[in-house]
Formats: sequence, structure tokens, C-alpha cells
Amino acid sequence: MNIPYTVEERPDTGLANGKLGIWLFLASEVMLFGALFSTYIILRVGATEWPHGELNIPLGAINTVILISSSVTMVMAWASLKMNEWGKHRLYLLATFVLAAVFLVNKYFEYSAHFATGEGPWHSTFLAIYFTMTGLHGLHILGGMIVMAYFLGPGAKLWKTNPDQFANRIEYTGLYWHFVDLVWIFLFPVLYLL
Amino acid sequence: MDKSATHHPTVAHPHVEHAHEELGFWRTYVFSVDHKWIGIQYAVTGLLFLLFGFTLMMLMRWQLAYPGRPIPLIGGLFGQDKAPGGIMLPEFYNQLGAMHGTIMVFMGVVPLAVGGFGNFVLPLQIGAPDMAFPKINMMSYWAYFLGGVTMLASFFMPGGAAQSGWTSYPPLSVINQGQQTMWLIGMMFLITSSLLGSLNFITTTVQLRAKGLSWMRLPFFVWAQFVTSFLLLLAFPPLEAAGILQLMDKVAGTSFFMPSGLVVSNRIVTSMTGIAQGSVASGGGNPLLWQHLFWFLAHPEVYVLILPAMGIVSEIIANNTRKPLWGYRALVYSLVFLGFMSFIVWAHHMFMTGMGTTMSAFFQTTTMIISIPSVVILTALLMSLVGASIRFTTPMLFALAFLPMFGIGGLTGLPLGLAPSDIHLHDTYYVIGHFHYVVAPGTIFALFGGVYYWFPKATGRKMNDLLGQLHFWGSLVAINLVFFPMFIEGLAGMNRRMYDGGAQFAHTKSVLYWNVVQGYAAWALGLFQLFFIVNFFMSIKWGKAVDRNPWEATTLEWAAPSPPPHGNFLTEPIAYRAPYEYSVPGAAKDFTPQFEPERA
Amino acid sequence: MHTDPAAVRKSVRLYVTIGVSLLVFTAITVMANRLHFVVPIAITVAIIIACIKGSMVASVFMHLSHEKKWIYGALLLTIVFFIFLMCIPLFTIMDTIGTPVRATPIEHAGH
Ligand code: HEM
Ligand SMILES: [Cu+2]
Repeated sequence: MNIPYTVEERPDTGLANGKLGIWLFLASEVMLFGALFSTYIILRVGATEWPHGELNIPLGAINTVILISSSVTMVMAWASLKMNEWGKHRLYLLATFVLAAVFLVNKYFEYSAHFATGEGPWHSTFLAIYFTMTGLHGLHILGGMIVMAYFLGPGAKLWKTNPDQFANRIEYTGLYWHFVDLVWIFLFPVLYLL
Repeated sequence: MDKSATHHPTVAHPHVEHAHEELGFWRTYVFSVDHKWIGIQYAVTGLLFLLFGFTLMMLMRWQLAYPGRPIPLIGGLFGQDKAPGGIMLPEFYNQLGAMHGTIMVFMGVVPLAVGGFGNFVLPLQIGAPDMAFPKINMMSYWAYFLGGVTMLASFFMPGGAAQSGWTSYPPLSVINQGQQTMWLIGMMFLITSSLLGSLNFITTTVQLRAKGLSWMRLPFFVWAQFVTSFLLLLAFPPLEAAGILQLMDKVAGTSFFMPSGLVVSNRIVTSMTGIAQGSVASGGGNPLLWQHLFWFLAHPEVYVLILPAMGIVSEIIANNTRKPLWGYRALVYSLVFLGFMSFIVWAHHMFMTGMGTTMSAFFQTTTMIISIPSVVILTALLMSLVGASIRFTTPMLFALAFLPMFGIGGLTGLPLGLAPSDIHLHDTYYVIGHFHYVVAPGTIFALFGGVYYWFPKATGRKMNDLLGQLHFWGSLVAINLVFFPMFIEGLAGMNRRMYDGGAQFAHTKSVLYWNVVQGYAAWALGLFQLFFIVNFFMSIKWGKAVDRNPWEATTLEWAAPSPPPHGNFLTEPIAYRAPYEYSVPGAAKDFTPQFEPERA
Repeated sequence: MHTDPAAVRKSVRLYVTIGVSLLVFTAITVMANRLHFVVPIAITVAIIIACIKGSMVASVFMHLSHEKKWIYGALLLTIVFFIFLMCIPLFTIMDTIGTPVRATPIEHAGH
């Protein structure tokens, strides 16, 4: 039994199922991070003072650059599929994966610098929200990497049998990835700069 | 109409179906991706949790009626740390209370109403072969299952289950003994399950509607599930975030919800570390923040509890009055408006937190506004009865009882929604009475009605009518005897969540005897459920065999065989008309199904 | 739509341009931070830049500049609830009876 519109678009909505599904998922993610941002605001408004300069701005800025670049490579990975350039697609997807890994390595250095001075999430509400938000964001990066690893590995077989569906899946992965990037675009100024 | 060829490409291929019959035991019955089986898994698990939640409550009712008396017969089983000598400890009472609420709401009613009925009925009613994402559907059930296991396991762990109510307000929830951590982890699973389920439902409804099934031809049940799914999708994530924050407070020593300088037993507490860290450079946490994030979910959640029930009741009423629903459009618009408004009323649960008058005024206004569409829906359903020659089948009895019961529940909500009267009523048994009227004789009655109504579709057999009637009348009387006295107790000032039922206060002495009445009534209620349990299992095997449309109903699910095969329909269903074309003047029969082609 | 190869080929240049401008905006945020504006202005500037960057990602990389109405609808609803979530708890916490209880720097544990 086949489910209709897994690959082709339903005429009246113009959508394939996965496209709507991933956007709904992202909508729920907006509310998830939204609640954390709301928490941040409320804690900060209620605080007598708010620490500045506790975080490593250069490292944060480098990570921003890394994530933005990975967004470009991700969209290129999808575009290459659409232009039927399989080799380039592999390259771009691999690049995205590697950039994501570098991001996490940087994050690891940042975290361990904090822990080395005994300043974990328990240290202050600022660090508490910092660790929670970046930790959750980091988990999202990790999740994205797992998906990419799948499409670099066993998932790639689908290209042979059903290229349209494969391109769709890469597109959905991309949407998720850009969203993770987008969250960071807000996290960086909010946590590092303000 | 050139698209029609590609519409439902492989809906009907008996040979393909046959290939799927060979899936083997595990893939057919355990890790099934068939929406009908997943629906049944959800429904049965949900019913079992309802029964379990009910048993927890029976223990509490004993303690409330006879505070300090050993629990008879089974009292010895709970061990020293819960009930020494069979006498319930306050901590154990709190565990029972917290888990009763959690289990009933998140593991009983919602999985049954949304996971069970939604999964089983929705794809059939929109003429789809399955859900849009069958594997995600399966994952959703198993996430729910894991959540359930986590919650149950917490009873047997050191300190016992969570003790801070289904609302888990900090700071108590963070500093209490008991497995709050397990509660939070369990909730993560349940939330994940709901999120996966809801995006599946929405996508399915938007994408897989049969040909001809335009939005205004959708059965009201589908609309109800559709709106419910949006509530789940967008309201649950903030609770997930709050859960993560509370988890951090529990295990990472943060103090998101722990105010600075909190003193417990003469010691300053910051979260779990138990000792002030001396580092409050950025201020302490805010316990009210939890309440906001919690109620941001939990108010929409109460509509998650009620909307599917309204959907079920509408189907049953249309079918048994043999009339179209009165004011279908008004019903749909009210439903959508209700869903939207449910996101901006939440702080009516927080009038007593020191909220200022401006925001109190805002929330009581939105609360009064949201009661309007509820009344519209109730009125439309009542008007549907006017002038009908009603068939008093078992499902119809439950649907009919739903109307006044929900009415009582809703109307008693109004004084709670107004800040001045809520100051008196908040945290009393009146509140307990209010929401139980909506959820128990309201939603759960509707769910029972739904089981009786769709049982023939799921099994090909009808449930026994006599047992059904006994179940109904017994439950109706008993449940009112349990819940109505709560209003009296609450108005007299009896507080909720008291482990002695309020015996320690002089001002509630005069109403204490109601606790004993409620105890007996709860027993009776439990006993009448036996009729249902027996009926359910007996009918699977020996119920009267029926064809595909035993109720002579009009919606698409009745076009499929009973039980429907994998892939549901033998020929592609097409909707030719509105959902409730009963007693159409000039028609040969008193029902004209949606799937019946137009005759020239 | 972006789906035919020719159109995709055309948009590749756009993707790179957007990528570069995102990097430029990142540099601007960091630089603006060096100027040490007073806090309210710093916040406004940083949030405005972040919003610009965010909308570039959303509209180009995520193709939101031309999507189907169902996706717009779902996102619109989400944004409305997102705004409720950001504002209403804050308003409510700010609006208290009597003087608000604020955290005071702790003198010493245990009195
Ligand atoms: C129709 C109009 C309704 C209004 C105006 C209303 C109003 C309220 C208010 C103001 C409270 C808070 C009372 C307090 O704690 O002091 C409350 C509690 C509650 N309501 Fe409703 N409600 C309505 C419908 C419903 C429905 C349909 C449900 C569920 C199916 C429901 C379930 C609950 C629950 C579970 C609580 C108690 C929460 C707790 O404190 O544990 N209500 N209601
Ligand atoms: Cu409410």
C-alpha cells in the first residue's frame, strides 16, 4: 500500500506530505525555543544585575561564521541534486557535516573552559540559561549530523531508485538545518553580546 | 479532472493487500504501522491507564473518607515507606494524587481520545488509506508507551513517585523527595509522542482527504481532531522547555524556578544543592515562570481533553437523531475560535499569585470570551435534538448525558474565570468538581460512547446493548454522586490536596460526611465498569456480527469493510455531499451516505 | 518554483550572495558591540540585525519567499502564539499587587 503524495505534490495544496510535516515540526520548534527566550527575558528583567563578558566572543563569532557557511553548503547540496550533479552534492553534504562537527568541537572548548573554573550551570542564572539554550541547540546540531550521516551513508541508495524522493529528503534536512542556523543567529547576540 | 488517475494510486489492489497480510506477528501486532492497529493499541493502553488511575484514586478516597484508618485487605502490600501498618502516609497520598492526575490526563484521556479515536477514525473518515507518516505514527505510540513505563517505574524507585501534583509547581516539586526527575523524563516522552502524533494528524487531514471531501464537507469529528492537533503541536513545546528547565533545577543545580533566599527548614535553599552557593550575581529564579509555561500548555490541554469528545458526540448525535447537525458552520467556526482563544486565557489559573489587576482583567475577559463558543457548540448540539425521533442506542445515551454534564462543568467554570469569585473558590474542591464534570461525565462518557459506536467498525461485531445500558445508567448515577458533592464541599471551604480530606479544619466539619458518600459512590462507579469490561471482551468474540454500516451512518468510514483491511477501502472513496445527509426529503432511505454516487 | 534545474542554477548565485551578506552582518553585530552603546540601544541594534539575518535565512535558504499557503498559514499562527508567549508572561510578571519583590544582592547565607 502506498501513501499518496509522498513524492508528488497534491494539486490543491501544492505540497508533498513531507514538506508540510517538516514545517509543522519546525513550528513546534519555534515554540520550544520561544519558551526559552521568554525565560531568558523574564530572568533578565528580574535580575538585579546581569553579567557581561563572561563568554568568549571570538569563539562565538567563529561559530556563527561556521554555521552560516554550513547553511550555504547545505542549500548547495540540495541545489546540486536538482541540477543532477551527484558528485557535488556529496561534497557539499560532507562539508556541511564537517562544519557541524567543527561547531561542536568549538562548543566543547567553550564548555570545558567554563567547567575548568568551576562555573557550570549552577553558578548563576545567566550561565544556567546559557548552558540550557546552547546545550539544547547543540543537541539539535547533533541530531542534524546524524541525519546527514544517514544520507551520506545508507540513505544515499535512494538516489538510484527514487531521485525525486531523495531530493525531497535533502530539502527537508536542509529546512531543519537552516532553522538550527537561524536559532543560533539569535542566540549569539542574545547570549554573547548583550 | 486529469489528476484523478493519480489520486490514490494504490488504494485498491487486493493482490497488494494480500502481500501485506504476510507481515508476521511482530510487524502486525506489535510494531504495526497500520493506523487502525496503532489506534487500537493507543485505545487499549489508554483504557488500561484510565483503570489504573482510577485504582489510585480509590486508595485516596479511602483515606479521605476514613483518615488514618488502615487500608483494608491490601494495606499491607505497600511497605513501610508508603503505608506502615496499612495506614497511608501523607507522602504516599501525594504520590497517588500527583500520579492520578498525570495518568488520567496525559496517559489516559488524551491517548484514548486523540491517539485512539483520532488514529482509528480520522483516516477512515477522510477516505485515506492510512496516515501520512505511518512510521512516525508507530514511533508516536512507542514514545507514549515509554513515557508510561517511566511513570510507572517511578513508584518503585527510592522516594516513590512524584509528589507535587500533576501541575508540579516549584519550589516544592524541586525540593520534594520522590521521583520528580522520572516524572519530568516521562513527560518528555509523552510530549514527544504528542508532537509526532499531531503533525501527522494535521498533514493527513490537509493532504489525504478523498476526492470531493472539501473542508466544509468534513465530519465534525475530523475538524475537532484537526484543531486539537494544532493545540498539541504549539502548546506542548513550552511545557517541554519548562520540563527541561525543571530538570536542570533538579539535576544540574540551576535555579530557574527557585527564588533566591528561599528558606526551607531553617536553611537557605538554592535548588538541589541544598546550600546557598553565594553566587546570585544574576538574580534568583522565578517560580511563577513555571506556572506560566505550564499553563501555557495546560489550558489548551483542557481543550485537547474536550474537543475530541465534542467531535465524537456530534457524530453520534447526527447518526441517532437522523438529522443533519444543527448549525454545522457555526460549530466549525466556534471550534476554530475556541482553539485560538485557548492560548490566551491561561493565567486564569493564577489569579491568586499576586497578579495585578490589569492582567487579571485581561485574563478574565478572555476567559469570558472563550466561554461563548463553548456555549454555541453546546447549544447547536442541543438544537440538533429538537424535533428528532431519537434512537436511544447505547452510544446515544452516553452522548446525550455528555450534554448536561459538560454543561454543568462549563457553567461552574465561569465563577472560576472571574477573579473576585475565584479568590474564594481557588484550590478548593469546587475546582475539582468543575473540571471533573467536564472530564469525567463529560469527556470520558463521550469516549465510552465512541467505543460503543465504532466498535463494530473495528471488530465487525456490535457490543451488547443490555450490558451497555446497565453500564450507562449505573455510571451516570454513581459518577454524579461522586462529583456533585464536591461543589458543596468546595463552597464550604474544603481545600483540595489535603491528605485527611480537610478533617483538621473546623470550618469543613459540617460537610465531611460527603467524603464517605463519595467513597461508596466511587465503589459503585468502579463496579459498573465491570459491565463494560465484560461486554468489551465478550463482544470481540461473540458480539452480533454486522456488515459495514450497521448504524446506517453517512460518513466515509462506513464505506470500508468492518474491520477494514490494511489500506482501508476496496474502491477509492469519493465524497459526493455534506457529511450528515439524514432524512433528505424525497430520498429513498433516511440516510444518504457521503460516498453514495449521485443518481441522475 | 525552484524545482526545475534552470531555475535552481539561477538561484545558486543568490545563495552565495546571501551567505556573504550574512557574514557581513555578523561582522557588523560584533563591531557594533565594540562601540558599547547603552544597553537598550545595544539590544535594539543587535535584535534588528538578528532579525534581518533571520529573515534572509528564512526567505532564501528556506524558500519562504515563495511558499504554499498552508505553510504560510501554519507559520502565521505560530508567530502569533510566539508573540503571546514572549509578551504575556512578561506583562503578567511585571504587573503585581503592591511592590514587586525583587531579588536583593544576598548579604549572607544563614543570617
Ligand atoms: C467552558 C468554560 C471553562 C471555564 C470558564 C473554565 C475556567 C476554569 C478556571 C478559571 C479554572 C481555575 C480555577 C482555580 O484553580 O482557581 C479552571 C480549572 C480547571 N479546568 Fe476549567 N474552565 C472551563 C472549561 C474546562 C474544560 C472544558 C476542561 C477540561 C476538559 C477544564 C478543565 C480544568 C481543569 C483540569 C482545571 C484544574 C486545574 C488544576 O488546578 O489542577 N475546564 N477552569
Ligand atoms: Cu484554564
